[in-house]
Amino acid sequence: MYKIGVIGDKQSVSGFVAVGLSVFPCDDLEKAKAVFHRLAECGEYAILYLTENYGKDMSDDIEKYKDMQLPAIIPIPGMCGSYGVGVGHSKKAVERAVGVDIIYGNQE
Amino acid sequence: MARMNVNPTRMVLTSLKKKLVVAVRGHKLMKDKRDELMKQFLELARENKALRENVEKELMEVYASFAVASAVMSPQLMAEALMYPTMAVSIGVSVRNVMSVNVPVFEFTDEEDTGNIYPYGFAGTSGELDSAVKSLSQVFPHMLDLAAREKQADLMALEIEKTRRRVNALEYVMIPRLTETIRYIRMKLDENERGNQTRLMKVKDMMLEQAILERREETENLLHDS
Repeated sequence: MYKIGVIGDKQSVSGFVAVGLSVFPCDDLEKAKAVFHRLAECGEYAILYLTENYGKDMSDDIEKYKDMQLPAIIPIPGMCGSYGVGVGHSKKAVERAVGVDIIYGNQE
Repeated sequence: MARMNVNPTRMVLTSLKKKLVVAVRGHKLMKDKRDELMKQFLELARENKALRENVEKELMEVYASFAVASAVMSPQLMAEALMYPTMAVSIGVSVRNVMSVNVPVFEFTDEEDTGNIYPYGFAGTSGELDSAVKSLSQVFPHMLDLAAREKQADLMALEIEKTRRRVNALEYVMIPRLTETIRYIRMKLDENERGNQTRLMKVKDMMLEQAILERREETENLLHDS
């Protein structure tokens, strides 16, 4: 059995405790990165949700786990709104598969 | 396309012909696989787009209701209320094979499902928190679905990229190179064959000429004797 982790700023993620997820509030990017790598590599977590205010500066770190079966790293918007990181990742996947983005193209 | 560096013999020709047959067949299969993967991937990507937009919208609403709740309650009280969750979510991961891509399937189970999603008593907390927690628990299954689908899209994109490379390598490198080499060997063998034939004809001519000469000498000798 695997667990689900949520990484992000305290304000955004605190609510997720209520639905039974493991929550890791981080105050700054450095700490978020450290926690992120620790969780991704320990193999106990199948899904890691990452708020976009950190996710936007961690695309290299996210990329590293992209081709592995687990964990699934999913950027979600934080309290301060969406930075388009999640959409950006799906966009990249489409670009990788098709060559050009034909699905998210007209958004930006 | 450069031909391979091989000896132009009949044996090599046979083995290359076999290789070509395999390459052509492999190319066709890979191409079919790529087309089908692409079809499924595009379908998935379209659905993902809608799902993500939906989840992001719902999450923003959840954040808004949590913000309202935290305005009504003190942060300490809120942290205390949420400290011990009633649900401990764990997920089982099984593997599903989609066009030879192993994608994870998440099945989530609530342990200690008491039917009560609120991890606190109602006395000390505000109604706003209740609605925030309720809406979050409604969004959560969608978030889970999104996670599974985005992972599947990532893995399928990887597989499509790989398959496309293989198709191209077969189509533009392997197959032309094999055909070129087969042509080269065939030409070389034909040329040898022609060389051999002329040589034989030449030898035959020479032998004939010699026989005629011998015959002529014999007749001359006979004539001379008589």
